[in-house]
Amino acid sequence: MQFVSYSFFLFLAIVFVVYYLIPKRFQWMVLLVASYVFYCFAGPKYLIYIAATTFTTWLTALQIDKLKAAQADYLQENKSLSREEKKLYKTATKKKQRHLMLAALLLNLGILAVVKYTNFAISNINAMIGLAGGQPLGYVSLVLPLGISFYTFRALSYLIDVYRGTIPAEKNGFRFALFVSFFPQLIQGPISRYSQIESGLFTPHRLNWKQVSFGLQRMLWGYMKKMVIADRIVVGLTTMTGDTAAYTGAYVLIEVFFYAIQLYADFSGGLDMAIGAGQIFGVDLPENFVRPFFSTSIKEYWNRWHITMGSWFTDYIFYPISVCKPMLNLSKWSRTHLGPVLGKRLTVYLSSFAVWLATGVWHGASWNFVFWGLSNYLVIMISQELEPLYRRFHQRFDVDGKLYFKIFQVGRTFLLMGFLRMYDCFDSVTTTWKMLLTVFTAGNWNILWNGSLMQIGLTAADYIIIAAGILLMFLVSMSQRSGSVREKIHAKPYIVRFVLWTALFMAVLLFGAYGIGYDATSFIYNQF
Amino acid sequence: MDELMEFLEELHPDVDFETCDTLIDDGILDSFDIITIISEVADMFDVTISAEYIVPENFNSAQALYELITYLEDEG
Amino acid sequence: MKNRKRKRFVRITVSVVIICLLLFFLQRLMMPKYSVGTQDGAMIAEYYDDEPKHNLIIIGDSEMYENISPLVLWQNYGINTYIRGSAQQLIWQSYYILEDTLRHETPEVVIVNISSMQYSEPQKETYNRMTLEGLRWSTSKVKAIYASMTEEESFMEYVFPLLRYHSRWNDLSADDFRLMFHEEPVSLNGYMMQVGVKPAENIPDGIPLADYTFGDIDYEYLDKITALCKEHGVELVLMKGPSLYPYWYEEWDEQMKDYAAEHNVVYLNCVNKEEIGLDFSTDTFDGGLHLNVEGAEIYSDYLGEWLQDNIGISDLSSDSALSRAWKTKADAYEAKKSEKYKELSD
Repeated sequence: MQFVSYSFFLFLAIVFVVYYLIPKRFQWMVLLVASYVFYCFAGPKYLIYIAATTFTTWLTALQIDKLKAAQADYLQENKSLSREEKKLYKTATKKKQRHLMLAALLLNLGILAVVKYTNFAISNINAMIGLAGGQPLGYVSLVLPLGISFYTFRALSYLIDVYRGTIPAEKNGFRFALFVSFFPQLIQGPISRYSQIESGLFTPHRLNWKQVSFGLQRMLWGYMKKMVIADRIVVGLTTMTGDTAAYTGAYVLIEVFFYAIQLYADFSGGLDMAIGAGQIFGVDLPENFVRPFFSTSIKEYWNRWHITMGSWFTDYIFYPISVCKPMLNLSKWSRTHLGPVLGKRLTVYLSSFAVWLATGVWHGASWNFVFWGLSNYLVIMISQELEPLYRRFHQRFDVDGKLYFKIFQVGRTFLLMGFLRMYDCFDSVTTTWKMLLTVFTAGNWNILWNGSLMQIGLTAADYIIIAAGILLMFLVSMSQRSGSVREKIHAKPYIVRFVLWTALFMAVLLFGAYGIGYDATSFIYNQF
Repeated sequence: MDELMEFLEELHPDVDFETCDTLIDDGILDSFDIITIISEVADMFDVTISAEYIVPENFNSAQALYELITYLEDEG
Repeated sequence: MKNRKRKRFVRITVSVVIICLLLFFLQRLMMPKYSVGTQDGAMIAEYYDDEPKHNLIIIGDSEMYENISPLVLWQNYGINTYIRGSAQQLIWQSYYILEDTLRHETPEVVIVNISSMQYSEPQKETYNRMTLEGLRWSTSKVKAIYASMTEEESFMEYVFPLLRYHSRWNDLSADDFRLMFHEEPVSLNGYMMQVGVKPAENIPDGIPLADYTFGDIDYEYLDKITALCKEHGVELVLMKGPSLYPYWYEEWDEQMKDYAAEHNVVYLNCVNKEEIGLDFSTDTFDGGLHLNVEGAEIYSDYLGEWLQDNIGISDLSSDSALSRAWKTKADAYEAKKSEKYKELSD
């Protein structure tokens, strides 16, 4: 079931009514049943995947928790142990816990890897077989279970948190199942942590109209981004990226811009729907986007774009790798042998490499994503290295804090990220490079004003709507810098609120790119 | 503590580590800084701050960080 | 406190009413106006404006509504006819239109065009729209929609056509505002008049088909039509119109003959029937697909006589109310004819 579908509205309405009518202690069960019903719409046979992940992580976490409890009891009873003995004992139990955690971790990553990357692996093996002149292997037809990357990461964050002792294990498997499957965040996140949404999911909620209407407003805003902007601009984008021979040079620059808008409007719009839907049930989901296009550097951008994924990688890959024993030893060694400057950075560079490789692979099973991830890595590391240079430059020309300079930085970051993002749009890494190169070589700048942009499947009306939509998004983002836009509107007189929200609703209804579309010529009866 | 303060001020000369208690919440320290701090602490105090201790509460102020180090020294 | 609650209640009620009204007006505005566009989509709805006292109802596609003139049937035989025709009407749609009609009246005779037996799947979303939108809401309409939807369609979009036509804001014209609540009639008792001559030449023989058997679903609905007519005591005539094209295969004709014999209904195939007296070098406006007004009048005269001789349909010409109504219709008919001719010569 897609968020943009009639059945989803009906589903949401039913769940809403049941949720607030039923005795409050059953509310979370309503959400659990609803989430599994929601999941069933994607195909009941995939239930086994999410159920398996839920069950294994829940059970393992429970075992780890038991070991922790036993350890505490043991230490309590044997207070007379020396420090050394205690340490020895702790190391031994910790080892057991680690083995359990790793087993569940690898199992679930294994499932994810098999369904997501088998064909990618086969295609690479085939390429090598091809070089050797052998028979290629056949591809397997595995359909990705809905939201598997997202729910697997959610479940694993819980598992690791329990292992680290940051949160206690959840005794009730059904409650844990709700955390993994909660339907608003099933399709595209956010990748929330158990500690973030536990109280939202399980405390009883009274019907709070302000909260419900804020949730609906947030959803409406998401629909506006997705349906009015993203689903409209995507037509022009796919026309251009679909024909790499015809659309080069300045077109690629347009693609960069279109794709930035399309991806942001689509993805953050989807998250607005998810977070809004959560809010309707009194569950506050973590934010995933905070005006990423206002970032002045790539590093800042990654703190504002797909935030819950970024922080997942930081917490569960970057830090553990950076502070593990071998890494600290390496850092020590490199500082004495390579000098303090490089020595200090070696660990950061190595762990960041791992993070970006993982980020690339997580996004999709293709070399494009691997290169995309590593390109991000490269850009971040270079700008990290150049930072002293930047700082001197800023001081020399006194541009710090100047508005025009900030705008320059924002524009630079937008373009740089836009170029990197183009790995998504083309079928191979080399095509991407070739296409990006044509921006500087094709010299067809006249397409920007000679009407060629009217030939890519977008009409003047489409451009007007897209431009108006982007302007609206921009204004909302500007206003959001000083606090919640919905709160600001809420403070206005009723008539103003009513007109604003009704207008937005009507705009989505009329200007959304959904349904069959109206083509007057198809209504001409010309059969016979 | 003095040693730690000296190092922190070297890392971010523009921050007053005596008073600031929102080092993480306000984004003053990023993940790279944290790693630098951890490897420095490993040298200075012979204490390993493992990943489970990398939470905002432990890094929001120099004081909190120092308390963490003392705790880990005791726990061994 | 009580006052505040009341204020809130009033506020919400007014808001909801305003939004509903707004949506309603938008919907009326955005829906295509068939009477000034593709007129073939307008006639299903027009039926409800005529008094339900017909003794003959004809159901089918353009082979009916462009080929038969009810005025001739009235003037020459006293048959009060209405044609419930629509573009590319499928056999299950014919069935549900029959259901819908029988809810309003019980005619003596129903003619169903069976050329649609050749289609066992919906052909085009827009034809579905043109056939179904005009129907008044009833269980028949709901069933008709579910039976007809193509994969891309959804029932919600029939209930709220605004969802289907929301993007028409770019095509709006003055007519959309003018005709928001009342469309102008385009047909004369369901007849869509055509003028002009384009002779039928070189009508190709049908391309041989792999399988001539009509689909199961077509037979299923034909059975339902037969049963429903029996139940209501209506004489059913299965008819193939006189159009030369699309080709009506011998094998199809045989199947219909067999069906008629087996189910004890009448089957009348009018393709290439000499006694009708049609001349396809002068009586068609589109090369043999449909008849022009002259052709339609010739064919209607034949049909009236046939109905009188073979079915014994009654002559209602003594009904004074009907006579009066038909007098007005005759004037409109002649006016339309001369207007059409004027358009043609321009």
